[in-house]
Amino acid sequence: MAVFEKPHALIDVPLHYCPGCTHGIVHRLVAEVIDELGIEGKTIGIAPVGCSVMAYNYFNCDMIEAAHGRAPAVATGVKRADPENHIVFTYQGDGDLASIGMAETVHAAARNENITVIFINNAIYGMTGGQMAPTSLVGQVTQTSPYGRDPKACGYPIKVCEMLSELVGPEYLERVTVNNVKNVRNAKKAIKKAFQNQIDGKGFSLVEVVSSCPTNWGMTPKQALEWIESDMLPYYPLGVYKDRSAEQKEAE
Amino acid sequence: MAKLTFKTDNCKGCALCVDACPKGILQIATDKINKKGHHPVECTDMEQCIGCASCYMMCPDCIIKVER
Repeated sequence: MAVFEKPHALIDVPLHYCPGCTHGIVHRLVAEVIDELGIEGKTIGIAPVGCSVMAYNYFNCDMIEAAHGRAPAVATGVKRADPENHIVFTYQGDGDLASIGMAETVHAAARNENITVIFINNAIYGMTGGQMAPTSLVGQVTQTSPYGRDPKACGYPIKVCEMLSELVGPEYLERVTVNNVKNVRNAKKAIKKAFQNQIDGKGFSLVEVVSSCPTNWGMTPKQALEWIESDMLPYYPLGVYKDRSAEQKEAE
Repeated sequence: MAKLTFKTDNCKGCALCVDACPKGILQIATDKINKKGHHPVECTDMEQCIGCASCYMMCPDCIIKVER
C-alpha cells in the first residue's frame, strides 16, 4: 500500500507561512529528499533571514541561523569542519541570496564549495511586507515601486542561474517551479540531484525554485500560481543551466 | 480503495488541493471553521478518490495523508 504523508524530516507543527505560500511545498520536498537519501542524522541546514527564517522550527535535522545573506558562508564553515560526516544545505529567499548575500553566493559557487543551496525566488521581499527585490519583474508593482518597477531607476531583475552558469566553479544549477503537480515532481528530482551531488562530493549545487507570494502580490493562491506561469516563467525560463558531470560525460 | 485523511486544524483553506484534484471531489467547507480560523478543506465523495496524491503534492501545509 502506498502512503503519502508528512515526511519524517519535517516536524509535525503548523507552518507560519501565509495560506497558499509555496514555501511549504518546498519544505516538504527537501524533507522527502532527506528521508529518501537516509541522511537526516547527519544533515545540517542553514536558515536564512526572510520568511523562511524560522525554517529551523520545521526541519527535524540540526539547523543553524545565519546572518542575513551569509548562509553560504556559514555552510562553507560547517562543511569544511567535517566534510565526510556532514551534509549541509542552505534554504534562502531572493532577498537573502540575490541581494545582501550576493557576494557570499557568488564566491561559494566560484570556490565550488560542496554544499546544496535551495533558492526560493518569489520576486518580492515577503517578510518585511512586499518591497521590491532584485528579482522583481520590470513593471511589477510592490510597496517600494507603486508605479511598477522602472528599469531606468532600478535596473533589471537578476537571473541568478544564468549569472552563476558563467562561472567555471559550480557543479549543478537548475531552475524549477512548483506551480502544478508536474512541476512539483520535477522540482523534487532537481532537489534530490542537488543533495546526491553533495553526497558524491561533486560540489556546489543550486536549485532555484520559482515560487509564489499570494499575500504580497495581492492575489489569491490560485491566481498567484497562474501569475508564475504567465509572467514569471517567460523571464525566468526553467531548465538545467549547468551540469558539469553530464557535460564531461558527453565530452568523453 | 483510496483513503484521504485531513489534519483539519492545520488547514489554511488556500484551496490549492481543490484545483489540483482531477476528480473535483475536494472543496472548502464554508460552513465549518477550524482552530486557526480558516475554512478547512473537505472531501465530498471519498468513493471517487483514485489516490493520485495530487492534493498531497500541492498542499503547502502537508495536512493530507493519502493511502491507496
